[in-house]
Amino acid sequence: MSMPFYVSPEQLMKDRADYARKGIARGRSVVVLQYDDGIAFATQNPSRALHKISEIYDRIAFAAVGKYNEFENLRVAGVRYADLRGYSYDRSDVTARGLANAYAQTLGTVFTTESKPLEVELVVAEVADEPAGDQIYRLSYDGSVADEHGVVAMGGQAEELGARLREEWHEGLTLPEVLVLATRALGSGGEPAEGEGSPPQDVPASQLEAAVLERTSRRRAFRRLPTATLEQLLGRR
Amino acid sequence: MTPEADARLPRAFTTPGSASFVEFLAAHDPGLLPAGRALPAGDAPAAPHGTTIVAVTYDGGVVMAGDRRATAGAMIASREIEKVFPADEFSAVGIAGSAGLALELVRLYQLELEHYEKIEGSLLSLDGKANRLSTMIRSNLGLAMQGLAVVPLFAGYDLDRGAGRIFSYDVTGGRYEEHDHHSVGSGSVFARGALKKLWRPGLDAAGAVHVAVEALYDAADDDSATGGPDPVRRIWPVVATVDAEGYRRVGDDELAALAAEIVAERTAANDARTSGRRAGTARTSATNAADEPRPAPHDQDADRARGTGRADAEGDPA
Repeated sequence: MSMPFYVSPEQLMKDRADYARKGIARGRSVVVLQYDDGIAFATQNPSRALHKISEIYDRIAFAAVGKYNEFENLRVAGVRYADLRGYSYDRSDVTARGLANAYAQTLGTVFTTESKPLEVELVVAEVADEPAGDQIYRLSYDGSVADEHGVVAMGGQAEELGARLREEWHEGLTLPEVLVLATRALGSGGEPAEGEGSPPQDVPASQLEAAVLERTSRRRAFRRLPTATLEQLLGRR
Repeated sequence: MTPEADARLPRAFTTPGSASFVEFLAAHDPGLLPAGRALPAGDAPAAPHGTTIVAVTYDGGVVMAGDRRATAGAMIASREIEKVFPADEFSAVGIAGSAGLALELVRLYQLELEHYEKIEGSLLSLDGKANRLSTMIRSNLGLAMQGLAVVPLFAGYDLDRGAGRIFSYDVTGGRYEEHDHHSVGSGSVFARGALKKLWRPGLDAAGAVHVAVEALYDAADDDSATGGPDPVRRIWPVVATVDAEGYRRVGDDELAALAAEIVAERTAANDARTSGRRAGTARTSATNAADEPRPAPHDQDADRARGTGRADAEGDPA
């Protein structure tokens, strides 16, 4: 096997991007949906302890797909970033935009300077007093940031899932409605071998990891939805 | 290549291991820690001091209350400082001592517990929280030796035991579990006396709130640095209950009614006592005048008469 002495930057970046994309596509998808009273997060995750969706600060949450150890590390860094900022200034000075920038710089630097890019994709979301003020940032392995609105899908079948969600999502949906939408999308998009005609299978509540950022809560807006609550919400469609 | 040169999050942020915000600060930016600053030698100038905090357990929870006064020497620095805070959902921390440092310490402590909760995804045990506070007080020892001592009182609901528990601290970080009730601060001597007489096993939440507020009233009665209820400005002590439902601050209306009730009770008792004293004196002299014009100094009948007179007039104000 010969050792290449020169690799063009284009080829180098492309190889890295392919590598990262492959890693991310292996994981199960996470969907993020705005609803009338907040922002909902859902993913198929049988583990009750290894979360893909977590609280960062009072009104900011974090969702990730990809390699667990890498996004867990970023999550902890985000909590430290937010807590440090809130402690040095004020709690109201911690914003999703600032955090998204810090993440973007970190992902971008690792992508260009280190031997292996981070195989993760993140969403940083902040809930505001009005739905129009909500911020949802989607960050890729290479540090690119997208300011999203309405719905976001990441991971395995992100493209198809996103398209399916966007078809059915509209402003003013309630929490049970977006959860039903999310479970249906996750159930149909999560199985790679599934044919076009087969009926979509809802993800059972026990297999679902879900959380919300509640617009109406006083301080800490993040709340996990335990299985019992989920069953209740999903049954009330 | 220096890893810190670019705009990415610094290495300290992504170092795994610690769920403690204080340890993170100590590694990343120690100047932000209250104890992270070197002070010049000598005494610190006069700064506001917070005063009395009381904590009272009841069946299934604990009450913490603090007066609203901060003093700088003989001056009242603040009439409405708050010295009782939720440490997290199931615990409360009250502070006495150097107010500025104490408030910063509380802010850091609240953050420490929340940080742990977010990173670990679970709550610390009540003993864990109490020990954490102990470490933070101990790191403040240098400042304490220059006169900037902070002495907190910590109380919380132990989810494992299903009971309210109280912890007191000394400036060296010593942690002591207290039973039934406790008080810290300049008025604590008087508050503790009141608590001993007022507290009884089997109190309910309302009863415990009453005991705590009355103990603060007694502290304010005898300690110039402790503020009593202020009906003119409508300033009441900060009172919070912590139980299985979490931390709840008692509302101002409730406290206004409670303060009025305590003042009315005390006024009635005092009126009865002063009128009794007057009546008692009158009866004693009447007895003296009627029976024995010149009684011996230790006359038994006169003493008994005086005693009876007092007891009758004092009556039963409650």
